[in-house]
Amino acid sequence: MHTKSISPWKEAVQAGLIAGAIAVLLNLVGMTTAFSGRYIVSGWFTMGQVLFLVPMFILAYTTARKIAPQPAMHTALAGLVCGVIGSAVQAGLVLLGQVVNLRAMFINASPQLFEILTFGRDLPGLLLLLLAGSIMGVVGAVIFLLPERLAKSVLQALLWILLLGLLRDLVSTVTAQWVIKTKAFPDWLGWAGVLITSLSTFINKTIYSASGLKPLSAIVLFLLVGAWAYWRYGRPKRARITGPLTRRQQTQRVLGLGGIALLFILLPSILGIFFAEILDNVGLYILMGLGLNIVVGFAGLLDLGYVAFYAIGAYAMGVLTSPELGFFNLTFWEALPFALLATVIAGVILGLPILKMRGDYLAIVTLGFGEIVRLLALSDWLRPWLGGTQGIQRIGQPTIGSIILDSQQDLYYLFLAAIGIVAFIAWRLKDSRIGRAWMAIREDEDVAMAMGINHVATKLLAFATGALFSGLAGTIFAAKLHSVYPHSMNFLVSINVLSLIIIGGMGSIPGVFVGAFVLIAAPDLLREFAEYRYLAYGALLVAMMLTRPEGLWPEERRRLELHEEEGEVPLGEPPPVLNTPGG
Amino acid sequence: MLRTWRQRITLTDIVVWAIGVAIGAVIIIGTIATLRSGKYSANTWLDLTVKGLALGGVYALIAMGYTLVYGILRMINFAHSEVFMSGPFTAVFLANALSRSGFMDRQPLIGMLLVLALSIAVSMTIAVLLERIAYRPLRHAPRLVPLITAIGASFFLQYVFRGLYGSGFQAYAIPKVLQGSITIGGLRIFNTQIAVILGALGMMFALYAIVQWTKTGKAMRAVSEDKEAAALMGIDVDRIISLTFALGGISAGAAGILYALLFPVVNFIMGFIPGLKAFTAAVLGGIGNVPGAFLGAMILGLIESIGPNLFLDGLGVPTPSQLKDAIAFTILVFILIFRPTGILGERMAQSKA
Repeated sequence: MHTKSISPWKEAVQAGLIAGAIAVLLNLVGMTTAFSGRYIVSGWFTMGQVLFLVPMFILAYTTARKIAPQPAMHTALAGLVCGVIGSAVQAGLVLLGQVVNLRAMFINASPQLFEILTFGRDLPGLLLLLLAGSIMGVVGAVIFLLPERLAKSVLQALLWILLLGLLRDLVSTVTAQWVIKTKAFPDWLGWAGVLITSLSTFINKTIYSASGLKPLSAIVLFLLVGAWAYWRYGRPKRARITGPLTRRQQTQRVLGLGGIALLFILLPSILGIFFAEILDNVGLYILMGLGLNIVVGFAGLLDLGYVAFYAIGAYAMGVLTSPELGFFNLTFWEALPFALLATVIAGVILGLPILKMRGDYLAIVTLGFGEIVRLLALSDWLRPWLGGTQGIQRIGQPTIGSIILDSQQDLYYLFLAAIGIVAFIAWRLKDSRIGRAWMAIREDEDVAMAMGINHVATKLLAFATGALFSGLAGTIFAAKLHSVYPHSMNFLVSINVLSLIIIGGMGSIPGVFVGAFVLIAAPDLLREFAEYRYLAYGALLVAMMLTRPEGLWPEERRRLELHEEEGEVPLGEPPPVLNTPGG
Repeated sequence: MLRTWRQRITLTDIVVWAIGVAIGAVIIIGTIATLRSGKYSANTWLDLTVKGLALGGVYALIAMGYTLVYGILRMINFAHSEVFMSGPFTAVFLANALSRSGFMDRQPLIGMLLVLALSIAVSMTIAVLLERIAYRPLRHAPRLVPLITAIGASFFLQYVFRGLYGSGFQAYAIPKVLQGSITIGGLRIFNTQIAVILGALGMMFALYAIVQWTKTGKAMRAVSEDKEAAALMGIDVDRIISLTFALGGISAGAAGILYALLFPVVNFIMGFIPGLKAFTAAVLGGIGNVPGAFLGAMILGLIESIGPNLFLDGLGVPTPSQLKDAIAFTILVFILIFRPTGILGERMAQSKA
């Protein structure tokens, strides 16, 4: 193939401009300022500084990769050019801010931002900015020059430092409440109490400072993680399991699953009351994600109005149990089957008319359906039944015997039980006849129909199952808040769920869990991040589709399918059967 | 004969038709009841018609973006609603600055043109960048992939603009010339409505002329027919696709200013609902078809402004205007079910629909 000859200097200048543009955007949307209080390494640098310097690092690295092979000196120089230009663009922003009142338009172009960009040293600080930028550029380019194993280890160690620094508050809150818990330990567990207390002290006093990691511990951690990664990358890759499992592998697998289950059961106790609420949220989205995963991931039907079923479940629970409306006054458990039936019927009713639609149109129709449901719930017309803008209050709560499950921690176990059941169903469905029919429809509907798959029943089942899971999430949500409001049923819920299954990996059940923990828990844990939640989701979705469309924890078949042309299919394995490009 | 007919009708069709008939009956009964009650005078209906036409003009311009891109790439540019939002949300700062300095009232025409130019420039830039960064690398990916990218890009853009300009509402300063109204035979028409209708008609005509009568337009139509063949004829397909996005951005930017004349408040989520409506209009008229987008938008604008009162008031629905969006989306759902090719759309193979 004819390859274009690339001029390394042109590339470097271009990369520098792109890095500068990205950094200016991050500065102007206010992310730099928002994160400037959060130290990664105490006294050294903050997350805000990372944000406006890291674009130069990344772009220098990618430029180095693009222009390779080049002499080492040239690569480093290209990195330098990229870094200098990237920071010069930002310096230009600061200078412009001195002349013009940018704040009349860009609310985040505040004096505080300029102070951060100049490292608090007024205009001479711009030289520091240029210096830092060029260091980032050179380092980014030089890392590429290292042997691959070393480069990967260094990058991984850097990422871990970033993550550990960011999560400082989380770790310290969790360990602090461990110490409190040890006070209630019986005498014979005293040694464990001492151990936990000293561990907590070690983490909070030695590793972390009041904000971020301590410099020394950051260096030690960097070396430890780097060494560990270096050792791990050197090991031969574990062979993929091909034949039936041996007895030993089976035991390992059972033990592993048991361990994960035990971890989930103990999670609220380990993390403490403060996190139970966040865990409930994650649970809610895992439930919905498992449902949407069937519709989008298994059957390939892009549903943007998924919130409708959630709303129908929640509202059905409200109408059936709330004494305020006084229609039925059922208890939670009595109402549950009826509410779920309502969502299944809604799933079929939506499914019927759109059987013939594909891809884009389907997405828009389901989006319209979701909006219609919300607008109806909001309208004065249905106010006597659905409460209009006021919503429905005093919704029944789940009980077991005489215990009312109303604390966040109790609800966590309710979510856990529901997730357990739903995940089991989803897992069994996936490899069943119907699951394979879904995947066949996803890959090529015409071929699937020609093979004798009844597309009506198959698609309706996907919609109904997805609706059922989402409805279940809705009923528990209603019980959790004791109330439902039309405003909590907006399009953003659908987008949250869609993002989490796509980022986790479409069609992959563990992917739903990964996606939910990353996307739902992260904004709750890092409060600065909450503001930029959807910005980050959007960027993640685009970046994911461009670079890794199979997701973080991909489903095997989809990974093979998306990378078939790259020849990643290992030898000795049959080529993927279902590999016609979709559409 | 009967047997084949009975075999072809499935349970699905029956259910779908039953729902369709039920909704049709509701519309007819509601209309008759409203008209018989005589609650609204003829002038009210005319008022609503003018309002509907103005709204339809704006939808038509936004719909152009969907329809042009769909025609050429067979994809729904979900982020087009943000292309629409970006223009007016940026130009509001210029409009307000001009109005504060008094320039807007001294030179309303030049002032408005400046604001329009800025809005168009921003929307066009966003549209072109969007295509270059997010869509071009995915042109041969499975269909779901670019659609998800578009959804992601839509959210990214919304929240970038929120970060840049803040989450609050910005009020648009409307020049004095356009405030007020004229009365023709007892019918009061706002100056802004006239400006919007005229502006939309002019823009639509210009776009139609570009697509139909210029060499670039010819190239665009060629690319939408067959990309490979067009490339063989020496057409730079990438450039034409960029130009298509630019054209869509231009009409969205203009639509944004007209929209701001009708509803003089802008914020970062202003694009979502009009975007969805314009998409409905494009589908109603037949997506990929320029006059169809115009026709569909006008019909949708009229239904949206007249519909709630006409269809629902007679049925005793309180505050029917709350349901205007629900009516628009119901129309969307039903067109897609019964006639996915729209009013003027050519018969497409099912795989394209």
